Amino acid sequence: MKRSLMLVLVLLLALSLGVSAKTGPKAVMVTDVGGLGDQSFNDAAWRGLGRAEKELDAEIRVVESSMMTDYEPNLANLAESGADLIWAVGFLMTDALENIAPLYPDTKFGLIDAVVDAPNVLSVTFKDNEASYLAGVFAALWSETGVIGFIGGMDAPVIERFEVGFRAGVMDTNPDAEILIGYAGNFDDPGKGKELALTQYNRGADIIYHAAGATGLGLIEAAKETGKYAIGVDSDQTVLAPQHVVASMLKRVDNAVFFGVEALVKDEFISDHLELGLSEGGVGLAYSQGVEIPDSIKKAVGDANEAIAAGGIVVPSTRAEL
Amino acid sequence: MNIAELFSGPLLSATLRMATPLIFAALGGVFSERAGIVNIALEGIMLVGAFAGTMVSYYTQNPWLGVAAAMLAGGAVSLILAVNSIALKANQVVSGVAINIFALGFTGFMLQRIFGHAGQSPSVVKLSDWSLPVIKSLPVLGPILGKHTPPVYLALILAFISHIVLYKTALGLRIRAVGEHPRAADTMGVDVFRIQYLCVFVSGLLGGLGGATLSLGLLSSFVENMTAGRGFIALAAMIFGKWTPLGALAACLFFGYAEALQMLAQTLGLTIVPREFIMMLPYILTMAVLAGVIGQAVPPAAEGKPYER
Repeated sequence: MKRSLMLVLVLLLALSLGVSAKTGPKAVMVTDVGGLGDQSFNDAAWRGLGRAEKELDAEIRVVESSMMTDYEPNLANLAESGADLIWAVGFLMTDALENIAPLYPDTKFGLIDAVVDAPNVLSVTFKDNEASYLAGVFAALWSETGVIGFIGGMDAPVIERFEVGFRAGVMDTNPDAEILIGYAGNFDDPGKGKELALTQYNRGADIIYHAAGATGLGLIEAAKETGKYAIGVDSDQTVLAPQHVVASMLKRVDNAVFFGVEALVKDEFISDHLELGLSEGGVGLAYSQGVEIPDSIKKAVGDANEAIAAGGIVVPSTRAEL
Repeated sequence: MNIAELFSGPLLSATLRMATPLIFAALGGVFSERAGIVNIALEGIMLVGAFAGTMVSYYTQNPWLGVAAAMLAGGAVSLILAVNSIALKANQVVSGVAINIFALGFTGFMLQRIFGHAGQSPSVVKLSDWSLPVIKSLPVLGPILGKHTPPVYLALILAFISHIVLYKTALGLRIRAVGEHPRAADTMGVDVFRIQYLCVFVSGLLGGLGGATLSLGLLSSFVENMTAGRGFIALAAMIFGKWTPLGALAACLFFGYAEALQMLAQTLGLTIVPREFIMMLPYILTMAVLAGVIGQAVPPAAEGKPYER
């Protein structure tokens, strides 16, 4: 009796393991502490995997990290579970990936926003500064007060690229504009993001750009409350408040993630460092559908876009270069 | 930046807004710890409160019902801590930490289940500002106190009410006795367990209210892990305030001020003191108090020790 029960259990287990309708690779991702629903790059990465599921029949899965200390175990668990490609989404995971990638040489890894030099890692960075430059041009022309704000999450090299590109865009368009800078020190505290935004609005800013993940959701709240304007980041955030989030910098993390899975399917996956800018379609600027954007602004942004793509404008990426 | 900026209306008004969730949670901490129960779970209680408030406001379109739900949800979570530490005599810190981890996972999961998408709830009806007719037009106080969401006023009032309850009533005397010397209190006929359950429940109500302040007062939606450590900062404020309601109030206002000042300094481009240092300030001060540098802070004598009859 006992033995037959065991047999049934073993059979069930074998069946449940064997059943997988997908023919494509097993492509998974680990979010950083921002998690899914950040309306930002974690969501974008997940959209990329969703596309891979549809178009490449990949078996996809996401594991969310609630703490920084989750990164290594999450990456390792997925590698142990037999994933073919594991995306580590966000520069916060750099150290974790550096430790884990060499332990699983047969598993492929992808890293967004930072570079790990290992034979099984594809690193993708974005020229955030280029699209932020466009956001700067937009803000300088949109602002009536000539005071423009920027809110960053953590003061790290990636976020510095956003700040510096944005400032360059503002200064090249309106040299007299005043730029207010604020860092929250985290990516997951919208309450703090709102207060930072209110402080800047109070000081005369009428449009603020953010690169602060979920902290930046507080900026959008502040814009709605004060009737002022914001520029979103990473995903198209204009949909969150079309009257107030008048533009959104786009970082096509979804394209990068999809590209990684596609390369794996075509057996073209290589360990490399890809840098995606405006000319590669890796970044861009979206306009809100909820407000009238003057043609003069669209034209100025379009011109800057072309100049950057053609190499006429070289956008700085560090404060030292600004 | 001139000296007047240090006391400007917008700055002090921001101070109040940022201190409010901390004040509720810190008062909750005072009640619980005065009765001898360490409440590390405040962070999780706030988070559950923030979530429950958003959910109820979403379905009823009434933020006040949301606030009530937040308090009840906070109270419910605190009962887990109460049963663990009073009836089962489990380690209070470990129970608290477990509740925090549970709250993070639970709210994230329910968010997915109820709103069908991760990370952030849809916008809900938030508490609208009250503008106080007379105070609003006063010269100095007007810009600071004149217009806020109701929890801001409630927090200030509750701090004084808590003080009166703890120091001017028989109940307060019993609570303090239970935290200092439960055996003696028991001998005098005080029902130690009842007092402890009551105080932990009150701390849950207050913690939940603090959470609702974030999700329905400051913002108008629930965002995963939106408390972002405020429960712990509230505990630090409670210690800095030497386990007294008014001390905790002052500490929360101070922490709120440091934060608001830091934001203003950044906005004005002042970076003489690195902002990382100012962000550390609340913790440094709390440690200084614990080390006896700024006066001595003595916790209730029986804190953290399960009482055996």
